[in-house]
Amino acid sequence: MSVSRKLVQDMVDAGIGFVTSVPCKQLKGVPEEINATYRIRHVPANKEDEGMGLGAGAFLGGTRPCIILQNKALGVTVNALASLIQYCHMPPPMMISYRGEVGEPVACQVERAVHTKAVLAQLNIRTYHFNVRRIPAISLES
Amino acid sequence: MNRFEVIQSLLPVLKDELVVCNIGLPSQELYKMGDQPSNFYMLGTMGLASSIGLGLALVQEARVVAIDGDGSVLTNLGTLPTVTNDMADNFTIFIVDNGSNDSTGDQPTYAGRKTSPARVAEACGCERVVECAADQVAKALQAALDSRRMTIIVCKCDPGKIPVPVIKKHTITIRDRFLQAVLRRANG
Repeated sequence: MSVSRKLVQDMVDAGIGFVTSVPCKQLKGVPEEINATYRIRHVPANKEDEGMGLGAGAFLGGTRPCIILQNKALGVTVNALASLIQYCHMPPPMMISYRGEVGEPVACQVERAVHTKAVLAQLNIRTYHFNVRRIPAISLES
Repeated sequence: MNRFEVIQSLLPVLKDELVVCNIGLPSQELYKMGDQPSNFYMLGTMGLASSIGLGLALVQEARVVAIDGDGSVLTNLGTLPTVTNDMADNFTIFIVDNGSNDSTGDQPTYAGRKTSPARVAEACGCERVVECAADQVAKALQAALDSRRMTIIVCKCDPGKIPVPVIKKHTITIRDRFLQAVLRRANG
């Protein structure tokens, strides 16, 4: 099973019914897999904070959302995370591709990666960093 | 007519609809004039009322109205292609275009100069864009709801506001009673 298919299967198992995504090379296969399943509604967003709004709306409609974005754009979402998602206690998980690790060919991606975990930590967002293929099972309820 | 009067005119039409209201004074005015559990007051994220409304409209069947503003739409212009391409026919965006960011001190917006939110919406591909006069808003909204097609209404009105208090209801209360309102509609 491909990583993308496994991730989407895990989303379905976790009760995710709505995904919004901004394009990313690393996670390219995930929206494609979502589009192939009828169990998750996928809405591409033009910008990451727009995705936060879409996800918040899905949550208010009674559907568990997930937001796919690239770590480089995490900064775009800070206000939406603080003033909407956290302020209203909405719990959409974010699946963040992590550009800028060892071997990254594009220099500016590294610059952003330096700040990724610090931003998430500042916002008190619990973060799991999966940088190996062997992924431990984690319940979203925990 | 100013925004307060426009929103007041919408109230008789907004009965069973789920309403997502724009940040700042529009939410405070709606809260003062016609608070109900089916109103979600978006209190912190300028520009996202239409995005929240679309997400909500796509996952359930009740009709959703996002009350947005010209300044807010300009903040999140990317929402217009999304609502047009990932369309929900139970969704109406009502843009109050007073040409002013009056929650922050009445700074003029570009919608009050050369930019037309209605033309932008059309350029984004929206098939039903309705421009209406401020004294025709109730009729325009009712027609949009009756059409059962995704519609963007743009109402040009005068700047101006009345003194309204901030919303003191806790955001979790607003969220929870809204979730209950959604559930009640889903259960008939």
